[in-house]
Amino acid sequence: MEAQALIDAVSLRGVEYKWNGRDAFALSVGALQIPRNERLLLLGPSGSGKSTLLSLLTGVVVAQAGSLEILGQRLDALGSSGRDRFRAEHFGIIFQMFNLLPYGTVIDNVLLPLSFAPARRTRATAAGGAEGEARRLLSALGLPADIGRRRATTLSVGQQQRVATARALIGSPEIIVADEPTSALDDDRQQDFLDLLLGQIDATKATLIMVSHDRRLARHFTKVVELTDILATSQREAAAT
Amino acid sequence: MIVARLALQSLLNRWITVLLTVLAISVSVMLLLGVEKVRSGARDSFAGTVSGADLVIGARSGAMQLLLYSVFRIGNATNNVTWRSYQDIVSRAEVAWAIPLSLGDSHRGFRVIGTTPDYFEHLQYRGGQTLKFAAGTPFDDLFDVVVGSDVASRLGYSIGDTITVAHGAGSVGPGHDDLPFRVSGILARTGTPVDKSLHVSLKAIEAIHVDWRSGSRIPGQVTPADRLRQMSLPPKAITAAIVGLKSRLQVMGFQRAVNEYRAEPLSAVLPGVALQEMWGLVATAETALLGVSAMVVVTSMLGLSAMILSTLNERRREIAILRSLGARPGTVGSLLVGEATLLTVAGIAIGTAALYAVLVVARPLIDRQFGIDIGIQPPSSTDARLLLAILIGGITAGFLPAYRAYRMSLADGMMVRT
Ligand SMILES: Nc1ncnc2c1ncn2[C@@H]1O[C@H](COP(=O)(O)OP(=O)(O)OP(=O)(O)O)[C@@H](O)[C@H]1O
Ligand SMILES: [Mg+2]
Repeated sequence: MEAQALIDAVSLRGVEYKWNGRDAFALSVGALQIPRNERLLLLGPSGSGKSTLLSLLTGVVVAQAGSLEILGQRLDALGSSGRDRFRAEHFGIIFQMFNLLPYGTVIDNVLLPLSFAPARRTRATAAGGAEGEARRLLSALGLPADIGRRRATTLSVGQQQRVATARALIGSPEIIVADEPTSALDDDRQQDFLDLLLGQIDATKATLIMVSHDRRLARHFTKVVELTDILATSQREAAAT
Repeated sequence: MIVARLALQSLLNRWITVLLTVLAISVSVMLLLGVEKVRSGARDSFAGTVSGADLVIGARSGAMQLLLYSVFRIGNATNNVTWRSYQDIVSRAEVAWAIPLSLGDSHRGFRVIGTTPDYFEHLQYRGGQTLKFAAGTPFDDLFDVVVGSDVASRLGYSIGDTITVAHGAGSVGPGHDDLPFRVSGILARTGTPVDKSLHVSLKAIEAIHVDWRSGSRIPGQVTPADRLRQMSLPPKAITAAIVGLKSRLQVMGFQRAVNEYRAEPLSAVLPGVALQEMWGLVATAETALLGVSAMVVVTSMLGLSAMILSTLNERRREIAILRSLGARPGTVGSLLVGEATLLTVAGIAIGTAALYAVLVVARPLIDRQFGIDIGIQPPSSTDARLLLAILIGGITAGFLPAYRAYRMSLADGMMVRT
């Protein structure tokens, strides 16, 4: 178990990525090391490549150069379906907004990742049945008990973010990635939401990687990184705008 | 399981467009299957009508024309066969049985046929069945008539009713109303033109024309029925004859003999061959009809494809969410193919069910209008092949949006830019 803790959650070196297209956005990361159990906040203004970096970390897109290790696993050693499987098992992801499949019930939305992640399903089942675990998470995140049957579209934005959090947490993946999860919430709700999220992260001992442009959030984290310090970006403007 | 349920809920949420798409597919299925059913139904119906007859003999004419007026009772003969030639021919050793037919009179729109009791014994339909009487007996008295089942049911005739015969094919006009016939028998339903015919003896045909010369009544001449019964009225001519031979092997030789008959120009045709010739003629029309129906199917498939494609933009975020949860691009694509498949299957099911409903309703109408009884059978292997082709078409229609979604999910990464 000691050895396990020594493996970094994320280890990046010399990674380069460019979106498709002639004058597309490109980014390169010299080095980024995120130990396990870290609560990391990545700060950067809009358009600085925060979401792109998260797509890279989670293996949704593949770096053109460099090495990228997650939990000791080199992503470039996995095929595309291997990366999808890896993401399903080891990441819980929360977006800025519109996290849920709109026509599904809340409970189906929370259980959905287990369809792609057998190990997480096993863990959730062991923790008290997949549905029971989903309900436990929903109520731990301060949602009313009867919310499970409701359609995702009938929830408020704040409620949707909590449901998305329950979905990210179910089956205890090692890394929770959050892409500005609070930016659609007002200040009070932001505070509540962060407290609940961090409480659950503590409970599962997951690593949290959150990106934001809002530096007021910094005090909740064990480490804060300015994206400009680790990223070099470029994007040639198409003619003069 | 959950993935499928969510996909289904997404479908239900779009139920109006989904319903319209399914209806478009059903209509195209109905059309294609309907054309095929009517086509094969007509063929079966025609083929069943000539069952068991080896040759049809008439005055020299085209094979099809002869078959049409003698067996299907469509159109008219241009010439007759003299009674003497007929007797000469059917007395040949190869002949097992022969049915003379004398056409030309009618009763309220139905044809009246002069023939012999052999008609009821030897005429076959639908795989060798012989005619059966629903009630009564063959004609015995000179003024007895045996009616087909449609004639009886449509005109409400029962045994013992009296009817009069019109001259020519019209339902009105100068008639033989001074010589009423008595219904002696009613035939059971056959689904062939027999159902729409009235049958009298050859002598009766002669009898009702005793007072007629070249299509009009001889003024002042009225021969009473009893007098006619006593007259010996040998038929002068018949219109056609249906002949069964003792052996199939003799058909070719016998046909040649008739075609080369010296005393008058005659034709003998093999009903199967004549039918083949007829199908050859209508084949182009059939193919065109099937082609048009196939086009309608293709159109509905394009509609299906377009419908799913048009939802892709609004589902872009759903796709990104699925991807972030670990769904493969292939899984995302197969959801769309699954959607197309499901809608096609629904369309096929509804279309087929609707077609059968329509067939049940339309069957008597088609029968009355065209004299074609399209039997209602379970889907044939041809039908099954057509449906399979439609299913494959539907699945294929799902591939275009699936491929788009696949590309999209790769290009979008995890976040959808709005
Ligand atoms: N799917 C894509 N295809 C091509 N270019 C993309 C794609 N996604 C993002 N980009 C480009 O990459 C650049 C960085 O975008 P990214 O979303 O990573 O920034 P961000 O820091 O997350 O911004 P925000 O705070 O607005 O979310 C932008 O210029 C954007 O146009
Ligand atoms: Mg972003």
